Amino acid sequence: MPGTDSHEGNFYLMGGDFSNAGSVSSELKSTLIKFGIEQSIVRRAAIAAFEAEMNIIIHAVAGTLHYQITDESVMITVTDMGPGIANIPLAMQAGYSTAPDWVREMGWGAGMGLPNISKQSDIFNIDSVVGEGTTLEIIFDLKKKEM
Amino acid sequence: MQLSQIIELVNGSVVIDGSCINAIEITSVCSADLLSNVLRYGKKGALLVTCLNQPQVIRSAEISDIPAVLLALGAIPEKDMISLARDKNIILLTTRLPMYTTCGVLYTAGLRSCVED
Repeated sequence: MPGTDSHEGNFYLMGGDFSNAGSVSSELKSTLIKFGIEQSIVRRAAIAAFEAEMNIIIHAVAGTLHYQITDESVMITVTDMGPGIANIPLAMQAGYSTAPDWVREMGWGAGMGLPNISKQSDIFNIDSVVGEGTTLEIIFDLKKKEM
Repeated sequence: MQLSQIIELVNGSVVIDGSCINAIEITSVCSADLLSNVLRYGKKGALLVTCLNQPQVIRSAEISDIPAVLLALGAIPEKDMISLARDKNIILLTTRLPMYTTCGVLYTAGLRSCVED
């Protein structure tokens, strides 16, 4: 299966849907395994996707996770209808969080999501408009030698 | 270390056995109540020790290739956590020992942190 055509897909996410949290990332992980992506990249991509998925569930009204697998890369694009991020450099700092206390009690909201996504990925781009939403582009290079 | 040995050491109870409890070899321990820490530092083959009792713990284990979760301090798993562990074939254990003691017992028995010192 790998080395053929590009394959892509889309998942929809609902803000506040904690009962299904992680199901999209789980499905993405299975898809990447099915397409023969190397285990360490599958793991990094699933972790980044899970953090992005949680951000939508915690902060946004709704969002989508789109993935594209080619010979060269796995690209995950996460777009939400959420509050947007006013200060992206601040949001990228480990420990900065706007999550409410009850989310923290569940084990999330420690301000590690975006830094963790950035750390797992080979290329990470973030774009945000306050009052409209945030878009993350998370890319894994399939040609690069393991870090 | 065999998972069965770990259960004995912490006087643990098995909630979901994943049908392969005797085949599981644990190579390190990830002790965390922050799920981003599990995602960031968790290692394949680690045992997750936590007091969080909700289903996203199982999701975090699944995503991080962690085969078993041990709830410390007598934490009672939520129903959804139990059913997700069953679906995802993640072993779910509980112990009455606190986190600190649980980790101390496992450390003394030779298991080390999944985060390198």
